[in-house]
Amino acid sequence: MTGVLAAGTNTDSVAVETVFWILAVVAVAAALAMILVRRAVHCAIMLAVVMLCLATMYAMQGAPFLAFVQIIVYTGAVLMLFLFVIMLIGITAADSIVETIKGQRLAAGLAAIGLLVLLALGIGHAAIGPAAPPSPKYGSGNLTGIATLIFTTYVFPFEVTGALLITAALGAMVLAHRERIAPRPTQRDLAARRLASGQVVGDPPPGIYALHDSADRPALLPDGSPAASSVSSVLNPRTGTEPPQVVRPGEKPQLEAADGGEREPAPSAGSGRAES
Amino acid sequence: MTDQGMLQHLLAAPGTEPTLASFNTEIWWMVLLKAGMVFAFLLLTTIFMIWFERRVIGRMQNRPGPNRAGPFGLLQPVADALKLPLKEDIIPRSADKLIFVIAPVISATMAFIGFSVIPWGPEVSIFHHQTPLQLADLPVAVLVILAMSSIGVYGLVLAGWASGSPYSLLGALRSAAQVISYEIAMGLAFVAVFLYAGSLSTSAIVAAQNNGWFFWELPVSFVIYLFTMVGETNRLPFDLPEGEGELVAGYHTEYSSMKFAMFYLAEYINMTTVAALATTLFLGGWRAPWPISLWSGANTGWWPLLWFLIKVFILLFGYVWLRGTLPRVRYDQLMALGWKVLIPVSIVWILFIAVIRAWKLNFNSTAIYAVAGLVFVLLIIMVMAWDEAAQQRAARNAPTEASPQPAVAGPGQPAAPAFPVPPLDLPHYHGTGVEPGNSATPAREVTGA
Repeated sequence: MTGVLAAGTNTDSVAVETVFWILAVVAVAAALAMILVRRAVHCAIMLAVVMLCLATMYAMQGAPFLAFVQIIVYTGAVLMLFLFVIMLIGITAADSIVETIKGQRLAAGLAAIGLLVLLALGIGHAAIGPAAPPSPKYGSGNLTGIATLIFTTYVFPFEVTGALLITAALGAMVLAHRERIAPRPTQRDLAARRLASGQVVGDPPPGIYALHDSADRPALLPDGSPAASSVSSVLNPRTGTEPPQVVRPGEKPQLEAADGGEREPAPSAGSGRAES
Repeated sequence: MTDQGMLQHLLAAPGTEPTLASFNTEIWWMVLLKAGMVFAFLLLTTIFMIWFERRVIGRMQNRPGPNRAGPFGLLQPVADALKLPLKEDIIPRSADKLIFVIAPVISATMAFIGFSVIPWGPEVSIFHHQTPLQLADLPVAVLVILAMSSIGVYGLVLAGWASGSPYSLLGALRSAAQVISYEIAMGLAFVAVFLYAGSLSTSAIVAAQNNGWFFWELPVSFVIYLFTMVGETNRLPFDLPEGEGELVAGYHTEYSSMKFAMFYLAEYINMTTVAALATTLFLGGWRAPWPISLWSGANTGWWPLLWFLIKVFILLFGYVWLRGTLPRVRYDQLMALGWKVLIPVSIVWILFIAVIRAWKLNFNSTAIYAVAGLVFVLLIIMVMAWDEAAQQRAARNAPTEASPQPAVAGPGQPAAPAFPVPPLDLPHYHGTGVEPGNSATPAREVTGA
């Protein structure tokens, strides 16, 4: 924070230069890593690192507002949405890398050449031409400066951009909209449907009366057979679902005592319920 | 710092109100000292809050709470803090190791940084140096807290993803969606404060509340901020990312030992930070509350630190109260509250405030309040009329009342079975049920096969 303030007053140029060179290395390395790593989530994290480096550089140039807006809007919201979608649909390294767009390589190459030309022109212009004025022209702080520019000189482009963004958001909503054909089922409808389905309560939890208290061990029904619906469909139910060795010939099964060795003797009200 | 710099600094900031310029002339050891103070304060607050929360919730639930370690159980959090790092540190086999380790660090670090822009008090004298009781300030200080909370969410989201378990991933997805939604409403709640204070710097916002807290002028913003601060910190009733009834523990299901402790720490520090921000933005910061503020010395020296801490801990008590009182909301209710209530209300409120502000600045007349009140009443009447019309339309379009028992078959439908109803009278309702101890076989301890 003190570095940021020092940069704002141009008092400590050595520190600014040092931080710049550290950040430059980190940013370029992260940008390269973003292209080279295989997992989509790692790419997103590398992109976040690049964005944070850029934000710090904005702050060093005396533009703290831009820096924190960059962090809040791009890192905090836009990239977080990317990450959200990546995690939601679960892209993995094993995904297909077949190119679906025709001539993508040619187009990408042309775009890369165009970008290089633009960069060369921009850097050359900055290196050869006169340096930009060091102090902002509008207002004292960069916050009022930006506000003045947006609401005077650039008010029309600003409003047009706003209209474009709203149109895009509305378009996305229209495209994703689905007309509700049937009325939304009420709680009463849902209850009636559940009764009609034959299963009134939810699935039984796993592991009850089984030997191991683990999520992939099916519960046992009163007759000793495993209840398949008690294990989540993403797990493989363990085989060997025989009940623990508590039933001896001529004895009634004691189901309470079977799920843990160190228990107190089972309350007899419970065993009465199990027997009936 | 030279003597001349010191002199300029003193001339630039007369009185005890720190300005942005006060932070450019800080000595390096003073910055280190204040950073250490912030660090120690946040750790101590976390330890205290663990004890406080358990005791208060215990009282609310008619039980004593922790009372074994030390007087009033005060040493309980110390015991917890010693126990937690000594537990086994488990990294699941399916986890993405690097990110799994980094995620809690991101969360905890960002939580610490956010607190650095909170003003604790006016300028005080530390070792004969005049310095503001605030670690750092920027022209955009409030945005620093927003930025740090939006990076802190990366910790939660990456933790959930890197754990490689469905519950963690669901918790991560929920926290991503929740924090993005509530951050928008939180930012909108700030806008009215920025309009009134004319600055984004926290020290300037506190200075602007010299003549009255923003709580009185901007009550709607304050209420919206209270909602969003609970949503941002994933606390009950908005703790869906770790809802233990559905997701075991959400994003930190797979975490143990020190890594879990870091998430725990981050949660409590975030609570402290947002409570301190609420104090700074709406409750006058370190300024003394009304009856005390009549005393001329109330806002000088080290006293303001006390007022600041009292306000922060009242808000933190609110957190505990919420947790002891309210059940967790459903996910769609959370999203509906954020997007359909908080954001539209904030936008309308900002328009309203901006009009009043512009009018006051340009015409400087009190008639604006009459006009504003009239518009407000008209708005309420319009909303009520619209709501009435909507209800009447819904009543007209609604199908006739369905029969209470779904046993009646509709045309072309098989009859649905009746709802299962427990028997209304059973012997054991009257205390004459199965006698204890009459089981046929004695219960026997069973060891695993």
